Amino acid sequence: MSKYTEEDLEKELETQEYKYGFYTDIESDTFPVGLNEDVVRAISKKKNEPEWMTEWRLEAFRVWEKMEEPEWANVHYEKPKFQDIAYYSAPKKKPKLNSLDEVDPELLDTFKRLGISIDEQKKLANVAVDIVMDSVSVATTFKKTLGEKGIIFMPISEAIQEHPELVRKYLGTVVPTTDNFYAALNSAVFSDGSFCYIPKGVRCPMELSTYFRINEGGTGQFERTLVVADKGSYVSYLEGCTAPSRDENQLHAAVVELIAMDDAEIKYSTVQNWYPGNKEGKGGVYNFVTKRGLCENNAKISWTQVETGSAVTWKYPSCILKGNNSVGEFYSIAVTNNHQQADTGTKMIHLGKNTRSTIISKGISAGHSQNSYRGLVHVGARAENARNFSQCDSLLMGNACGAHTFPYIEAKNKSAQIEHEATTSKIGEDQLFYCNQRGIDTEKAIALIVNGFSKEVLNKLPMEFAVEAQKLLEISLEGSVG
Amino acid sequence: MELKEKLISSYVAFENGIDINSNIHEIRSKAFQNFEALGFPTKKLEAWKYTSLNSVLKEDYSIFPNKANSVEMADVKQYFIHDIDTYKIIFIDGKYSSFLSETTHDTIDVCLMSAAFTKPKYKAVIENYFNKVAKQDNLTSLNTAFATEGAYINIPKNIEVQKPIQIINFTTGSEAATMLQPRNLIVVGENSHVQIIERHQSLTNNPVLTNSVTEIFADKRAFVDYYKIQNDKKTASLVDNSFIEQKSNSVVSVHTFSFGGNITRNNLNFYQKGEYIDSILKGVTIIEGKQHVDHCTLVHHIEPNCESHQDYKGIYDDRSTAVFNGKVIVNKEAQKTNAYQQNNNVLLSDKATINAKPQLEIFADDVKCSHGCTIGQLDDEALFYMQQRGIPKKEGKALLMYAFANTVLESVKIPEVKQRITKLIAKKLGVNIGFDL
Repeated sequence: MSKYTEEDLEKELETQEYKYGFYTDIESDTFPVGLNEDVVRAISKKKNEPEWMTEWRLEAFRVWEKMEEPEWANVHYEKPKFQDIAYYSAPKKKPKLNSLDEVDPELLDTFKRLGISIDEQKKLANVAVDIVMDSVSVATTFKKTLGEKGIIFMPISEAIQEHPELVRKYLGTVVPTTDNFYAALNSAVFSDGSFCYIPKGVRCPMELSTYFRINEGGTGQFERTLVVADKGSYVSYLEGCTAPSRDENQLHAAVVELIAMDDAEIKYSTVQNWYPGNKEGKGGVYNFVTKRGLCENNAKISWTQVETGSAVTWKYPSCILKGNNSVGEFYSIAVTNNHQQADTGTKMIHLGKNTRSTIISKGISAGHSQNSYRGLVHVGARAENARNFSQCDSLLMGNACGAHTFPYIEAKNKSAQIEHEATTSKIGEDQLFYCNQRGIDTEKAIALIVNGFSKEVLNKLPMEFAVEAQKLLEISLEGSVG
Repeated sequence: MELKEKLISSYVAFENGIDINSNIHEIRSKAFQNFEALGFPTKKLEAWKYTSLNSVLKEDYSIFPNKANSVEMADVKQYFIHDIDTYKIIFIDGKYSSFLSETTHDTIDVCLMSAAFTKPKYKAVIENYFNKVAKQDNLTSLNTAFATEGAYINIPKNIEVQKPIQIINFTTGSEAATMLQPRNLIVVGENSHVQIIERHQSLTNNPVLTNSVTEIFADKRAFVDYYKIQNDKKTASLVDNSFIEQKSNSVVSVHTFSFGGNITRNNLNFYQKGEYIDSILKGVTIIEGKQHVDHCTLVHHIEPNCESHQDYKGIYDDRSTAVFNGKVIVNKEAQKTNAYQQNNNVLLSDKATINAKPQLEIFADDVKCSHGCTIGQLDDEALFYMQQRGIPKKEGKALLMYAFANTVLESVKIPEVKQRITKLIAKKLGVNIGFDL
């Protein structure tokens, strides 16, 4: 076997093309670019929204106008020009469907090429999928089965029509419109997303899933997800994202709100594979996402994310542990390659008594990428017996990339027990040598080691997703040698 | 008048009062402009997120205490490490006290910055080293602008300094409120060894604000062992800015013991400009009441094969607040770096707060970097075990806390300093035991 050198790796990483970069030619209905009150009104009208919703959006827009883009993150990029973005893009032939057969075949083909055939998923994995393409929900499968249990799972635009009382009660309660620049923007212009309500004591029988895809050029995707788990219920929710290759930067600013009431549990998993830009760092998606969950008494929220895409990621899924005995978890793998930049992490806000949180973050950087973990563990003065364990491990490949950790730890209660540890390392030559000795070639050995490095997080993903995530890891880092 | 305006308006008079033609005039003016533009740090700055100076800045400080005050040796003897022979550079209200000091020019220079600034024979050293490694941030610039006095230590090549050097700044409190800005410069030549003990002490309860800057240059294979004892009155605040530049194979260790003071901010910065360097940063903080201690450390690994070791322990009672903000930067070229950072905290009261921010910024792949940070309590079972065996609760607690801080104390190389610190800890914890059981 010829020796696999670092140069080989660099070459391979460079030429590693984005496998999901195709553009589906579906006629879409796109608004002219730019943003003002009229556009916000028009979006709202297009969606046939009630008055309160329009007002809610306008309020958010007015707040947003006065806000400035945050600059504290450890990422450098050309600011999106907010007036050059089209804020609404929907596939024109919006299908009203009951079964998959009625879906536009071209669209179905798109999903096939994504490797996420809904067909297959439906049969094999028993997954209910809500597909959001350019911010508009296209299909929700398994609506009927869910309906029998009283579970509401539908595009948020429909939920506003059909269950306005629920949406109005919970929307913006965890992530207020004034929260931050991108959350405000999202609140003003979001065109669709998913809404999910699990009634009291119901255990959702299947994994709920949303698939996001940015298709149209020059559009921003602003979807809004709201998951409400009523007392004693359980739901596992999956979210996946891809975008076609484009030269310009696409903007994705989503907001996800989770509400776990007493004794409820929400498991939220993300596999994010937006187009990361080409090897010179041109193009790619800006992923500025606000995700936050609220835990009432004895509730549990678990975030799991596999981040391999996007040119710039800015994302901090958080848990507000308001209720006593509530639990927050965050498991993350962030892989950056070429010129990708990721600033991601979590916030665990301990407010209730006996609250617990776990943070496991694995960062893998290669090429010229920069990978940062930024996290906050806050223990309030009344949070008796709060417990936190954080672990951030970084793996560096090549000497042009960077790994950074910015943990913030704030404890105001003496009974708090907080542990934080971080390590940075590369794949050891001895580890590779050991594998080579046993007849495992270098490339496989690296896959093995990276897999082992990320195992703690991969284990937390639902089965169907774990397979996809593992595949993504392989694609992103094939044959990496430190 | 706000302190900033007061400083700005007094600057011109100050500059005219000293030699305007001196070669550092330009450095001063530049630093002054810098401060004028930046002002005092506010909580909006990331590095000052958890520490506000507002409460101490509102005092009406006398900036240039003019009276020459003297103190009796008997009154201040307790603040010296007096049981061993040492060199001493002593300042009273920012003015040199020849009576209390013991300086030397015999092969090594242990003397004053005021002399170094003016005498031609020091010109080369000042030109080469003064304000070279200091960061040009707001408080350091403020100090540079008004820099007149401080300790000047220059050790040539191949000298092992036989006695430790003590630098003590006393404040008599003859003014209602005093602001001091000592400026120290320490240059240690190749293969030379030196031990330094630094202390700031006010003698009354009048408010004091000290904005101190120390620059240390350690040449190849030099050993510098530096101890900062911070056990000042509760009315004295201190901003200690230390900048250390190391050349190949040098070892510099800084131990900071923070027990006293109102607001204490330690900006400790290491720059490794060579290979096989070891930087050691250790600290014990034990505070109560409304005290606030902020450790802001930076270790910048610039070249390969270097190490850094950080170990900070903190025990906080009552309404005290503490900050640990440790940053390690590893440059792309600094392969084979080993950087360790450890920060352990114990909160004794529900009103006490600790904010920790251990950061790593790593650009090289072949490195071993780790940091650990914990916040917890004393082990109840260990305490119970001791109580069972007749050790009272208070003493048992003190023993546990001493054991907790011991990893830092172990590496103190001057036995008398270790003894003194042990006594201070016992006093601070309100027990009368020796710990060397």
